[in-house]
Amino acid sequence: MLKRQHLPVAATIALFILMFMTGSFRYTGFFSAQVLFNLLIDNAFLLIVAIGMTFVIVSGGIDLSVGSMVALTTMLSAGLLQQGGWPAWAVIPFVLAVGALFGAAMGALIHYFKIQPFIVTLAGMFLARGLCYLISINTITIDNGFYTDMAQTKIRFGDYFVSPSVIIALVVLVLAIYIAHYTRFGRTTYAIGGSEQSALLMGLPVARTKIMVYMFSGFCSALGGVVFTFYMLSGYGLHAVGLELDAIAATVIGGTLLTGGVGYVFGTFAGVMIYGVIQTLIVFQGTLSSWWTRIIIGILLFAFIVLQRLFTMRSDRKTGSVEKMA
Amino acid sequence: MAQQTGAEPVLKLTNIHKGFPGVRALSGVDFRLFPGEVHALMGENGAGKSTLIKVLTGVYSIDEGTVEMEGKRLVVHSPQEAQGAGISTVYQEVNLCTNLSVAENIYIGREPRRFGRIQWKEMNRRAAQLLEERLHLRVDVTLPLSEYPVAIQQLVAIARAIDIKAKVLILDEPTSSLDRGEVARLFEVVRKLRGEGMAILFVTHFIDQVYEISDRITILRGGELIAEYKASELPRLELVSRMIGKELTMLDELPKTAGDSRMSDDHAAIVAASGLGRKGAIEPFNLSIGRGEVIGLAGLLGSGRTELARLLYGADRADQGKLHVEGAGKGGVHSPRGAIDAGLAFCPENRKTEGIIEDLTVRENIVVALQATRGWFKTISRKRQNEIAEKYIKTLNIHPPNPEQLVKNLSGGNQQKVILGRWLLTQPKLLILDEPTRGIDIGAKAEIQRLVMTLSREEGMSVLYVSSELEEVLRVSDRIAVLRDRVKVEEIGKEEMDEQRIMKAIAGGGGA
Repeated sequence: MLKRQHLPVAATIALFILMFMTGSFRYTGFFSAQVLFNLLIDNAFLLIVAIGMTFVIVSGGIDLSVGSMVALTTMLSAGLLQQGGWPAWAVIPFVLAVGALFGAAMGALIHYFKIQPFIVTLAGMFLARGLCYLISINTITIDNGFYTDMAQTKIRFGDYFVSPSVIIALVVLVLAIYIAHYTRFGRTTYAIGGSEQSALLMGLPVARTKIMVYMFSGFCSALGGVVFTFYMLSGYGLHAVGLELDAIAATVIGGTLLTGGVGYVFGTFAGVMIYGVIQTLIVFQGTLSSWWTRIIIGILLFAFIVLQRLFTMRSDRKTGSVEKMA
Repeated sequence: MAQQTGAEPVLKLTNIHKGFPGVRALSGVDFRLFPGEVHALMGENGAGKSTLIKVLTGVYSIDEGTVEMEGKRLVVHSPQEAQGAGISTVYQEVNLCTNLSVAENIYIGREPRRFGRIQWKEMNRRAAQLLEERLHLRVDVTLPLSEYPVAIQQLVAIARAIDIKAKVLILDEPTSSLDRGEVARLFEVVRKLRGEGMAILFVTHFIDQVYEISDRITILRGGELIAEYKASELPRLELVSRMIGKELTMLDELPKTAGDSRMSDDHAAIVAASGLGRKGAIEPFNLSIGRGEVIGLAGLLGSGRTELARLLYGADRADQGKLHVEGAGKGGVHSPRGAIDAGLAFCPENRKTEGIIEDLTVRENIVVALQATRGWFKTISRKRQNEIAEKYIKTLNIHPPNPEQLVKNLSGGNQQKVILGRWLLTQPKLLILDEPTRGIDIGAKAEIQRLVMTLSREEGMSVLYVSSELEEVLRVSDRIAVLRDRVKVEEIGKEEMDEQRIMKAIAGGGGA
């Protein structure tokens, strides 16, 4: 029933359940739907950003600009709302368009100039972060009615609730799964990650797809930025520092291979939830500093990378490919 | 077989010219392909086979000439356009995405869809049906392609190619990584497709396979068309001689090699291989090389020449047999490092990518191997380096005679001499030269050949000389080992050495 290619995702989901159960047995009050919902509420923005990242990594690339893009989005939103006097309905489409365009521009550079995604998106990361300070070097607090509503609204399910951001993130999740598995764009992304050369020879639209992948990631980071703005109700150039690395970590823990071609959006969801559950465990534990999240994530990453390597080595052997030792 | 002499060719190329800066890759080549035939395209390296295929698949545009498909002029600019016109190609390296499922590899880009949604069930059903009905292959099409061996991947590539309503199928060395049983299976499919009226262009280096499957043979040499034959009317020996380019009648007039005839058994063997082999590279062989002996390796491209040399040098690991190298430790030679320590030196075939360090100077390129044998901490003084460089520039006649010139600015022949200098400096007992004269001019060629002979006769250096130019091998060698289809088929001593004899060995099959 369970196929071999689903093993990494299954492992991640099993790990999440294990961690959640551990917390439930050790700490009273841990085992509740609200704790689970809080995981979503606190990590909605990370989930959205990591979904975009998943497409990029599956295509064989990387996007380091997403954290800075989130910061730029909070800053642009705050600047336009507070200083520019724009209404919320104009600000949100605008920042989403900026994110998508920014991503598409990086994708075009990567494809047409054949530059490594690492270096292009690194430049994008510095650029977006730097642009924040053109707007202001201080925090801009947002008091726009729509934004404060979004921050405070509770969507109730009986005794429990989630924020509107969670709904947005889950919609993105479902859409992304559909795109990845049921559209030509999604399948071409996997093909490019498997072998760009083969994808070209098979007659697939490689250029268009690669640019769209970075555009999608740019869009997701801008949307993540909007959700983050609801959460923080402020714009600040130091928001979401290092978020790109969290997104990469969540994606990899979710079973996506950094070499491209293999991975599931749902795995990334599980990866983000593991992130959240570690944070929650540390809060419940009470005495550990929040940096322990990083330590545990670090250890998990090591474990998962080694696991993936073993996994790919096994399938290499199976095809019996003769490699040349030069 | 299905040789419709009266029928119209499905594909007709007339007077094709294609040049690259400094090279005429194709000049005035005609080629035709009939429906329901397997047509082998033969030629040695640089004959223009791959250029011709790239012209057909739209990778290159032609300078002159016409391509007609079913009587209509055809111009394609990309592999997609070629596919659209009905020309599909299966490449030597399987060009599929092994991370995707079998079904996806067949249908990606053309998936059955409803309102933009990919119909996975329909796609899997069609893929399974296609594989079973047309290729007699029953596999789980939902598994990733990486789960299957290369032979199955090749069949999937063919399935993808034939589902695009192909009329012409180009198989570019599809058998080079398959074993015997897998080849038989592939040929079964090829015969079936031929029976269905597909025109198949088959490129390979394996002569036995050409005669097993093809109806017609076209030979190219040096970018020119030699001739088109019916396979049944072309003896093997003639095929080989046309590919290599010597008329059989001319052979008798060739001057015999000068020099003393050395017998291998007079000399202690410095390298002795017994039953040495590596699966997929070269079948087990015996070979011993005595001191001061020049052994020539003859055989067509892909016959295992380079593979044999790499095994001796430890660049590839043998999976069976024994290799004794004089001066090597008990364990023998397992790595290039060990080989260098035991006194072996290897000039690889592809000097651009495997030998020369382009951005270093002549001096640095010469000194680098000596430095390696001394370890990185015992440096060679700059003065000593200059002396060495000057010496080899002089002995080898390297032009321009400037040790500080960047190697990338030298001509091919001079680059080759720099590599030679590098290895001579380590004073090897055995020098392995893989195609040392490819792509260099006549003058430099003669110099290198003379140098090899001097080294062996005067300094007692042994040389393993690999070359596709038979004439050259004959001139320099004391003994010639002949390879065919990755098997060492014969070893010919000085007395019996003549071109015809060797060509027969290369052709095999008793000249049928």
